[in-house]
Amino acid sequence: MTVADVLLLALGAVAVGSGAAVVSTSHLVRAGLYLVVSLGAMAGIYLVLGAELVAWVQVLVYVGAVVVLLLFAVMLTRAPIGASKDLDRPAWPARIVGGGVALGLAVLLADAFRWMRYELPAPGTAERMGAELFGRWVLPFEVLSILLLAALVGAIVLSRPDIGARNGDEA
Amino acid sequence: MHAVIPYVTAALLFGLGVYGVLLRRNAILVLMAVELMLNAVSLIFITADATAPAPQPGGPAYSGAVFALFVIVLAAAEVGVGLAIVLQYYRMRHAVQLDEIELDAR
Repeated sequence: MTVADVLLLALGAVAVGSGAAVVSTSHLVRAGLYLVVSLGAMAGIYLVLGAELVAWVQVLVYVGAVVVLLLFAVMLTRAPIGASKDLDRPAWPARIVGGGVALGLAVLLADAFRWMRYELPAPGTAERMGAELFGRWVLPFEVLSILLLAALVGAIVLSRPDIGARNGDEA
Repeated sequence: MHAVIPYVTAALLFGLGVYGVLLRRNAILVLMAVELMLNAVSLIFITADATAPAPQPGGPAYSGAVFALFVIVLAAAEVGVGLAIVLQYYRMRHAVQLDEIELDAR
């Protein structure tokens, strides 16, 4: 057990624990806040694994933007402040499928990698990562920006009934 | 560093996401569970990046990290459109319960 192992175990425990809280709490707002903890712990794992840029992008985009959007939606749909009784369906099918997926994947990966040791790579700096991103991966990057633009336009069209509705269709 | 620790963490997080998607009735909570699943996949990418054999000089590097970045961008787009749909549905029906949506309404 090295320092990296201990850090990975601790951060992983935090991520899984707060992830379990996200899917089991009965407070809508608390689910969003537990999601912040879970995503922050994942950013810590990325840092330990040497993916510095991805860790900070995770903090910026996920914790900073996506969770804020989710909390906005929680408040715009007038969610109750306290605990809600009717958030869950019957749990057993979900438990069986989710537990099966988690157990199956965990056994598969644990069997593939055993207790092998790996040397941690040198931390990737933003400069080298950016060179890779804008060299080898520049075409997918541009396709992704077109997708973001399409998603933006789509979200605007969806949320404006006056340009989304068809003639004679009182939506 | 033992690669199995982050891999098993990612597997457990993905299972939690599947559980949440199947369990929750509230559309926003389902989106949160989807975020957990997407993050588990990014964690797999990053770990594979850190443990894959070193590529030859000049070969591809940081492929996993680049893909994790792409997943983060896709998640941002997905949550934007998803929340627009949820809010529009709430405006029409005043509910966000997924199992009460009538698929053949009107």
